[in-house]
Amino acid sequence: MATLTEAEAEAQLPTRPGATPDELAIVAALRNGDEGAFASLIEHYHSAMVRLASMYVASGAVAEEVAQEAWLGVLEGIGRFEGRSSIKTWIFTILVNRARTRARREDRSQPFAALEQSLHETDEPAVEPSRFLDTPGRWQGYWVSYPTAWSTLPEERLLAQETRRLVAQAIASLPPAQQEVITLRDIEGWTAEEVCVLLTISEANQRVLLHRARAKVRRVLEPYLSEV
Amino acid sequence: MNEQTELTCRELVELVTEYVEGAMPPEELRRFEQHLAMCEGCRAYLDQARQTIRLVGQLHEAILPLATRQTLLQTFRSWKNSTSTE
Ligand SMILES: [Zn+2]
Repeated sequence: MATLTEAEAEAQLPTRPGATPDELAIVAALRNGDEGAFASLIEHYHSAMVRLASMYVASGAVAEEVAQEAWLGVLEGIGRFEGRSSIKTWIFTILVNRARTRARREDRSQPFAALEQSLHETDEPAVEPSRFLDTPGRWQGYWVSYPTAWSTLPEERLLAQETRRLVAQAIASLPPAQQEVITLRDIEGWTAEEVCVLLTISEANQRVLLHRARAKVRRVLEPYLSEV
Repeated sequence: MNEQTELTCRELVELVTEYVEGAMPPEELRRFEQHLAMCEGCRAYLDQARQTIRLVGQLHEAILPLATRQTLLQTFRSWKNSTSTE
């Protein structure tokens, strides 16, 4: 099993979204051996890379190793980076390729491999079915009692340490693929398109994963934020 | 789904992500907004969904451990030395 070279990794990517002028400046700086440019990249991306790698490999220590290897791949490939994708997508593609190779060597299943199938086999509702009227008639499928809006709550309550703890706990309990998508989208701020390219999943599956993940976090928060 | 029939609340909550992602086809969007206009419960649900996204976003903190930073910068320096001596 061959590992993709960094040039091949770049060739796999679609041409959008391309590197921005800012990014091309970072690439140029890296090629010139500017340590500050490298330091800023690792500060931005390293933790997210380790987290992503840990979905593929057995331990946090191996994930750290894979991420460090990926950085070496980035440095070795930077001379050939053509800016056809964003540098972030390129770096993370190198990471994912390394993590997949490592996972195959460890004979581990890939988190997104059986996704198409498993997604449509399990049908988890966003809201407990008991929240909706089930008696046939005009109001079947309507709320038994209304949820309450949260944007009217005091900001201290919404941003309280306890809320954060619940959110973090809810995310940690999600299946790996959902965890990855909600983290990239809502914590790291990636676009849907970037996530699809990186994880090689379809737009529709990306949305289903995101939907389930967000719905679960909301469900965990509801009893807490609806207390008067 | 029959376009003539009204969405129920149970159906609407499953479409919220499609809605906030701006990925809804026009006809579905029309039915979605029609339901919202008449249903206080679903407006509150949508508000909760939006607040959830914001609260998840608050978790952003990626502090690079100092030791890791040192290791990576060391990698960078040896890479730099090896390329400049080639
Ligand atoms: Zn409703």
